[in-house]
Amino acid sequence: MTQRFVTRGFVGRRATEGTGGTAGRVPPGQYLTSDFPVLSAGPTPRTPLDRWSFSIEGLVREPITWDWPGFQALGPREWTVDISCVTKWTKLDMRWRGVSVDTLFEHVDLDPAAAFVIAWSDGGYTTNLPLSDVLNGQAFVAWEYDGKPLAPEHGGPARLVVPGRYFWKSAKWIRGLRLQARDEPGFWESLGYHNRGDQWREERYSGD
Amino acid sequence: MTAPLEWQLATVTAVREETPTVRSFTLRLPSWPGHRPGQHVDLRLTAEDGYSVERSYSIASEPERGAEIDVTIERIEDGEVSPFLHEVVVAGDRLEVRGPIGGYFVWEASIGGPLLLVAGGSGVVPLMAMLRHRARAGSHTPTRLLFSSRRLEDVIYRDELDSLAGRGNGLEVAHTLTRSQPPGWTGYARRIDEPMLAEVAAPLGRDVRAYICGPTALVETAANGLVTLGLPPERVRTERFGPSGT
Repeated sequence: MTQRFVTRGFVGRRATEGTGGTAGRVPPGQYLTSDFPVLSAGPTPRTPLDRWSFSIEGLVREPITWDWPGFQALGPREWTVDISCVTKWTKLDMRWRGVSVDTLFEHVDLDPAAAFVIAWSDGGYTTNLPLSDVLNGQAFVAWEYDGKPLAPEHGGPARLVVPGRYFWKSAKWIRGLRLQARDEPGFWESLGYHNRGDQWREERYSGD
Repeated sequence: MTAPLEWQLATVTAVREETPTVRSFTLRLPSWPGHRPGQHVDLRLTAEDGYSVERSYSIASEPERGAEIDVTIERIEDGEVSPFLHEVVVAGDRLEVRGPIGGYFVWEASIGGPLLLVAGGSGVVPLMAMLRHRARAGSHTPTRLLFSSRRLEDVIYRDELDSLAGRGNGLEVAHTLTRSQPPGWTGYARRIDEPMLAEVAAPLGRDVRAYICGPTALVETAANGLVTLGLPPERVRTERFGPSGT
């Protein structure tokens, strides 16, 4: 093993130690924050709820589209999860309300060839995930955060949430999921960020 | 498969005070592939026992400088990293760095304009890389920077911005001071709002490309304001930063 470089004079604050309940919950290279920073590449899109819809398309027998009331009626539940952003912040115990991707998929017949999901959003944003990263309770579409409607700058009306991956995979302003046989890099995945983005393996950038 | 971005040991060759709370660090890198103005680097600090922290910082310098980059860093009072960089790091120290990172919030002379840059506080840093590159590349792209700071003494790169704008090559800088203004101040004296954006952007016409960097509230106001004024959303690029703590 190569010898680790030590930064002259650096001690650090160890904010993640001894604070009770946070041990083992902060991925490598991350720091804890108590607020909810906003990051996005362009202006915040604003789609009125009466024109909002959510679709599942691609490799399914019958594509399906819900309107806002129909989507909200799909058996919502609550999640409390830890979120890590590739820009280094981690926020613990974030409370969301929404519908799991598993529940969404109960309404379609997935083609056996479907292996990847492309989440697409208002404003043209996309992100790609293997199907195996969003099933079995690993992903949901949320429209409430901390008991309130999700604010537009945080992705409202609704955003994908995939707590097990860096937060850019949790597409803001989501409008649909497209199932594909082949992987296809999304917005940040085409701009130097890691294709999978597992924060516990510190998969920040291509090649990590 | 892309080659990984390796951590490398950069040597600090200069430390410069920009404002009472902002310093620039010049880093010489053993191997630098070159960056695009607007990109950032990751910095890693490691203690004796292996405890380490990482942060991302925008590159302030133009790519024409080769394997030497400047990062300009604001001291966040309750921060873990920026107070260390401000208080402890001196020329001759070494720091672990990797990059460049980010391929969207970038502008190069070949992309053209007209160019509208909107900055709040240390959000000016990636935009400064664009302006320094613009100058070094001899670009005359019509460019306007709208820069919001609290007080005159908080204006980062003030002299250099004056000098760049004085070259008569199509750059104009408009300042707004939101907290206090010196006697005789002729610039704006309020937070960035839609009328201010309209005034600054109007001479650039409809085909402008906008880059906005600053705290969330400023970025939201500026980006939404420009879209309201008729700019296509895809020509408005944003980067947020900011003390993520209170």
